[in-house]
Amino acid sequence: MTDAIVVEGARKRYGEKRALDGLDLVAARGTVHGVLGPNGAGKTTAVRIMATLLRADEGRVEIAGYDAGRQAGEVRRRIGLLGQHAAVDEELSGHQNLEMFGRLYHLGGRRARVRAGELLDRFGLAETGRKAVKQYSGGMRRRLDLAASLITDPEVLFLDEPTTGLDPRGRAEVWDAVRSLVGAGTTVLLTTQYLEEADQLADRISLIDQGRVIAEGTADDLKARLGGDRIDVVVRDAAELVRAARLLPGAADDVTVDADRRLASTPVTDRMEALARVVRALQEEGIEAEDIAVRRPTLDEVFLRLTGRTEDQERMKEAV
Amino acid sequence: MSTTTGGTPTTVAVSGAGGSRIGWALIDSWTMSRRELAHWARQPVQVVVGLAFPVMLLLMFNYLIGGGKGIQGDYAEFLVPGMFALTMVFGLDATMVAVTTDLNKGVIDRFRSMPMTNGAVLVGRSVADMLQSFASLIVMMGVGLAIGWRWHGSFAGVIGAVGLLMLLRFAMLWLGIYLAMVAGKPELVVAVQILVWPVGFLSNAFTVPQNMPDWLGAAVEWNPMSAAATAVRDLFGNDPGVTGTSWAADHAELLAVAWPLALVGVFLPLAVRRFGALSK
Repeated sequence: MTDAIVVEGARKRYGEKRALDGLDLVAARGTVHGVLGPNGAGKTTAVRIMATLLRADEGRVEIAGYDAGRQAGEVRRRIGLLGQHAAVDEELSGHQNLEMFGRLYHLGGRRARVRAGELLDRFGLAETGRKAVKQYSGGMRRRLDLAASLITDPEVLFLDEPTTGLDPRGRAEVWDAVRSLVGAGTTVLLTTQYLEEADQLADRISLIDQGRVIAEGTADDLKARLGGDRIDVVVRDAAELVRAARLLPGAADDVTVDADRRLASTPVTDRMEALARVVRALQEEGIEAEDIAVRRPTLDEVFLRLTGRTEDQERMKEAV
Repeated sequence: MSTTTGGTPTTVAVSGAGGSRIGWALIDSWTMSRRELAHWARQPVQVVVGLAFPVMLLLMFNYLIGGGKGIQGDYAEFLVPGMFALTMVFGLDATMVAVTTDLNKGVIDRFRSMPMTNGAVLVGRSVADMLQSFASLIVMMGVGLAIGWRWHGSFAGVIGAVGLLMLLRFAMLWLGIYLAMVAGKPELVVAVQILVWPVGFLSNAFTVPQNMPDWLGAAVEWNPMSAAATAVRDLFGNDPGVTGTSWAADHAELLAVAWPLALVGVFLPLAVRRFGALSK
């Protein structure tokens, strides 16, 4: 069986700006593929090209075995799209929206109505189904939007930052929904800015930056490559910072020092053992620590390592 | 979220090649038209305000602002057909607002990611706007009759006049769809909304061009809206008692047909192309 998503060397430029600069991506059927990257990395452009909303300037884009450019109609019969902004008609009710989309998927009026009812039930919107969508909460809108993406049980579902702007509860709801869909055999492509989200949901992750993939693998692969967890030590006396940094495990290159915050940080692979060793070493050397913590690498650190830039630096550059 | 509970979902297969292209195009267009009609049902106040606005203008001009200088007979006889034309031109505004609002919402992306006929979104817009303007015209005719306007021509003349007005609206529709897509953002639509006023008023809707400086009068007679107003007055048998002297004024009926057809001929293909180019 062919892969659900095959993208090879996709390019898209807007004037001078290269939104996609040779993007490669393959997702096997029935998996969740995460696309992780900072704002402006090309995530949305990639999704829009795969979902036939945009045409790539160059490259091969095949969705469910069909060319997204030349066979857009075939692709559209097999995909669902959940964009960044709720793609529903705010003036209409949830039921009217789903019925309308069902008709446009050519289910016919009767089946469209039945399907609308089913999906409202399934997403806990049955009671509010007759209310105008503009009266819905953010989470309810997102659920309706997701329901609309699932009218035809799509083979491939695109989720473009599905939880951006949602509170933790809304986020958990979307995650649950994605998990149950994949259980039913749908292939999901998910873009996100949150490492944690990709980690929770995705079988494989493509890290993208400036329109191309800079790393690809399972969450564990990537974390191993990125050094996995980190230990942060904040010393009480700034004069002891360098001495404390030398005690930390790992190669000297990996240890970072932030003098302002009196912080030394290093990647570790065996989190609890490393923590115990660091605590012991600090005690033996008589260095007083204000705080010691084991934590996951942040997206910033991921990008710093892979690109030598951080998002903060990027923002500064933009601001200047 | 109870995503897994709540009954067994039916498996839904999308009909593939079944059904003819044209058949689906009609069905999709109807679905999109229904969407617009459903908006009306949900926002009755907005519909009433939309219908009341040209009525308000008509009453204002008839009773508050005198423009009847040099017009023989009842001013309403002159003004009311002009206001019909103005109502059609102001439809441009409604179309633009609706199109930009839609384009700036994610729902257009959903339509475009679905296996529906592409142009159905635009057809739905046209059906809704034409129906709205037709309703508006009927209301305006009713109010016109109430304030003393009458038609004196044949029934065929009335049908012809309504036809010409709807043709003018059809031209404004495609101009509006195109301009809205070019402008893109609601802020830029405001600029066009303001410009509609001088275009609407640089016409013979309220007064005869003979009351204006020569150069202005000439420009006014070439305005598509003036051509429509003159032709419609003629078909309703509302004789203003003064006739223009320019070629445009002498051939108002011809221009009332030619202008909208030319506008549609230019802007319908441009609008459709622009819509298709959303994927560029």
